[in-house]
Amino acid sequence: MPGVEKGPGPDAVFAAKLAEGTFEIQKCGGCGTHVFHPRVICPACGGADLGWVTPTGRGTVYARTVVRRKPERGGDYNVVLVDLEEGVRMMSRIDGIAHDRIVAGLKVTASVGEGAEGEPAVVFLPEGGAQ
Amino acid sequence: MSLRGKAAIVGAALAGCGEAHGKSAMEITIEAVHGALADAGIALGEVDAIATCQPLDMLSGLTLAQELGLSPKFTMNNRIGGSSFLSHTLWAAMLLELRLADTVLICYGSNQRTASGKLMTSLGLPTYEAPYRPLFPLSSYALAADRHMTQFGTTREQLADVAVATRAWAQKNPEAFLRDPLKREDVIASRLVSDPLRVRDCCLVTDGGGAIVMRRAETAKDHPNPPVYLLGGGEGTTHRDISEMADLTVTGAVQSGQTAMDMAGVRPAEIDVVQLYDAFTINVILFLEDLGFCRKGEGGAFVADGGIAPGGHLPVNTNGGGLSCVHPGMYGIFTLVEAVRQLRGDAGARQIGGAELALAHGNGGVLSSQVTNILGTEATL
Repeated sequence: MPGVEKGPGPDAVFAAKLAEGTFEIQKCGGCGTHVFHPRVICPACGGADLGWVTPTGRGTVYARTVVRRKPERGGDYNVVLVDLEEGVRMMSRIDGIAHDRIVAGLKVTASVGEGAEGEPAVVFLPEGGAQ
Repeated sequence: MSLRGKAAIVGAALAGCGEAHGKSAMEITIEAVHGALADAGIALGEVDAIATCQPLDMLSGLTLAQELGLSPKFTMNNRIGGSSFLSHTLWAAMLLELRLADTVLICYGSNQRTASGKLMTSLGLPTYEAPYRPLFPLSSYALAADRHMTQFGTTREQLADVAVATRAWAQKNPEAFLRDPLKREDVIASRLVSDPLRVRDCCLVTDGGGAIVMRRAETAKDHPNPPVYLLGGGEGTTHRDISEMADLTVTGAVQSGQTAMDMAGVRPAEIDVVQLYDAFTINVILFLEDLGFCRKGEGGAFVADGGIAPGGHLPVNTNGGGLSCVHPGMYGIFTLVEAVRQLRGDAGARQIGGAELALAHGNGGVLSSQVTNILGTEATL
């Protein structure tokens, strides 16, 4: 099928990059739209010419919640939706700031950290570093 | 060609609401089916199309046929979450209108409260959300509530007032699970689970089942109870995962509601009674806005201070909703059964006088699927 690559799919490619400490998103060669999460075809134009690019890593908190958990079970943690400069949104976590100080509009910067099970995951710090 | 008024609900029943000790999900479902068929005065053997969706049994349509001893012409098992049943009514109306089936059964049941005490689901966290451990599905709705508060200034008190209004309705419904008085302060003092949502912002975990039977309008009056006609229906699907929802303050109810009201030829102001899938308090605010009962961003003010409580400007969730009456994992069928009761004039102390037009609205996933039904009495045809 023209335009569709052999080899691993976009989820596996993303995961392999992340495992090497690299955060990349897709960009459509047809219409220029940035895409996250990784997909086979561009949701904006339907084209299959999706390449990988490095985002600036700069983003803005769109919405946030704090999951309340007893200290003996690990304590509270935050869950956020972040809009990247490229126009894509992702779920993540903000480190380096008190949960109650995270609000929509907060400027943040991406890095590759750890998810709940210690797996590689994109997390964010407040712009300018931990507060 | 329109489906307006072509099919009607001629039987409806609930079963096992609250706690149904020692019963399986399908047993509760079948009890509801038995009740709905009796209510309609229809023999089991007349059913020639069935529809269900159950959380743990991926092939629940097949199980249903087996347990009923039927070989249906059509078995609908489309799974779009708690909204599925309001989609089933649309498919039922199509089958009936095309004379591909004559009697359609739509049903649901769950024993989640007595079996596990919490939401029972076969769903795992999405790949790109799992590393951050959002509570499923609660944190997704919490994010939507947070965004609504940020964008429109919706308040903690307004969210609470949804739960307070719903409880006030539940106090008028002897079948409701929670009927103790509930004040705004009680909601705000309840345990914080995932900001800004607290325990009393969240639907119940109960057992329960419901069933309805649909037939063509031309024979709908050949039954013991007044028919409730399907005047319009529409769907809207916008995403599966909350991180993929384009605008957390605007749901697919904009599309589903407009489609349903266009088909029915009605405007929001004409609706007498509204049943919304209130999995969380924020849902009610979002759906009232998206369905056109108020403008975007004004849902908080609309529900505040008893606006949707008994005596308010719009009766919403008159059975006590998922927040106070019943919530066995998927609630869609219960919006239909309560709409039927209101339009039949069978709703007892909570009856809305002269109710002719009802809106029932289902939500599936994490604000992902929205399905609206407009129902009416014979006078609305």
